[in-house]
Amino acid sequence: MPEPILQIAGLDAHYGDFQALFGLDLHVKEGEVLAIIGSNGAGKTTLLRSISGLMKNGADQIRYRNAPIGSLRADQIAARGIALVPEGRKLFSSLSVEENLVLGGRVGRPGPWSLAAVYALFPILQDRRHQASTSLSGGQQQMVAIGRALMANPDLILFDEISLGLAPIIIKDIYDALPGIVGGGMSAVIVEQDISKALSVSSRVYCLQEGRVSLEADSRGVSRADISRAYFGIE
Amino acid sequence: MEWANAILQGTLLGGLYALFAAGLSLIFGVMRLVNIAHGDLIVMAAYFGLSTTVMLGVHPLVALVLVVPAMAGFGYILQRGVLNHTLGDDILPPLLVTFGLSVIIQNALLEAYSADPQKMNAGALETASIGLGPLAIGVLPLLTFGIAVAVIAGLQWTFYRTALGRAFRAVSDDQDTAQLMGLNKAHVFGLAMALALAVTAIAGVLLGIRTSFDPSIGGGRLIFGFEAVIIGGLGNLWGTLAGGIILGVAQTLGAAVNPGWQLLAGHVAFLIVLAVRPNGLFPRISG
Repeated sequence: MPEPILQIAGLDAHYGDFQALFGLDLHVKEGEVLAIIGSNGAGKTTLLRSISGLMKNGADQIRYRNAPIGSLRADQIAARGIALVPEGRKLFSSLSVEENLVLGGRVGRPGPWSLAAVYALFPILQDRRHQASTSLSGGQQQMVAIGRALMANPDLILFDEISLGLAPIIIKDIYDALPGIVGGGMSAVIVEQDISKALSVSSRVYCLQEGRVSLEADSRGVSRADISRAYFGIE
Repeated sequence: MEWANAILQGTLLGGLYALFAAGLSLIFGVMRLVNIAHGDLIVMAAYFGLSTTVMLGVHPLVALVLVVPAMAGFGYILQRGVLNHTLGDDILPPLLVTFGLSVIIQNALLEAYSADPQKMNAGALETASIGLGPLAIGVLPLLTFGIAVAVIAGLQWTFYRTALGRAFRAVSDDQDTAQLMGLNKAHVFGLAMALALAVTAIAGVLLGIRTSFDPSIGGGRLIFGFEAVIIGGLGNLWGTLAGGIILGVAQTLGAAVNPGWQLLAGHVAFLIVLAVRPNGLFPRISG
């Protein structure tokens, strides 16, 4: 069995007095696409914020390539090769499309992704490259957010609700692009509300419920009944 | 002709006010920090320029070679060592801390240099003038104005054409997401303060050549800077230059009517703009 690229053990996370994650255990294998599902407030976004360094944790609670990263800052984690496509896209409104992408590449990691590669993946962005990023449609903005994360040439990419608020046809376009993104050996974690979408693109799935893992399964073999039980917490 | 002269001199004076304001505008734009100590930092730069000219026997403009990097370095250390710790959701801590800093700087200057007014000696530059028909333009005010335009153009270029400017805008838009791009915001803020205090160094030295100064005048320079920023519109550097000019012209026109009305006229112009256009005359435009 290959060494996991990311190993999370006993992760707790708090917002002030509110505890969002309770001793969470989870791992991501090298090169796999992992899906994380769960209802609103289950802790999915908190988990991604913890991994990417936007929330501080105990150093050993999150280990990446066998090094403790739980207490590093987000910019240090980005430099080690973990990129986050944040929920709600979070583009820089005073930067053009191309400036957003260039900024994503400033960590300077070597790899296949460049402006040309991102434009080849999403050709529409090349036409719009000098526009303000916020003047684009929601789907195009999502493409910028994905391209911006790819520009860092990460080894592990985290997608937070990339289909949220988009039309089904756009969601299909974006998910069709996914194999071209993770095909190069990149590991990916996909947080998704759409369960069938999440299962179809991933090899393994975790379900979170109230800050704990309620299910870990192979995406192909898992039954709907198991998911319902893990998702809603009812027998 | 008296009015034309007042408008001309006011315009040139506006260049100095724009230099006071540019640093304030930059700091607020990047990190939403209102720096109450900004005026005292200008005066500190003037004293630093004075010491340099006295000790090394150089011309004040040559002293800039030393004062600008020294103020920039001081700005970086100040930001990383003190001000970064005050930034957060609450806007009160940075106000209180920079207010405290203002008091500390004033008293430190008072200890070191006494309360006696000082002035830098720039030799013939101080009195040289160019005839323009019936008007006479002072070389120093003209030089100050030229430097102000160059500084604003340089800042504008830095903001919109360089990687550093991209980092400034990104951190200003969204600190968390900028951090995800590998930008350490503590460092970016330090660089912004360094750049702002480099501009402040230029403003301080030009102030010290133009008029006499003592440790207590920082507050007044802060007000002029604030007024120029607000008149021009927050976040717009060329607007800040326009704001400085409007403030300068209002002051010289007021003084032309009655010498006692100089400051009053500037404040009244500011209040009128604030009442009519609360966002300033040229609110933020990109590019």
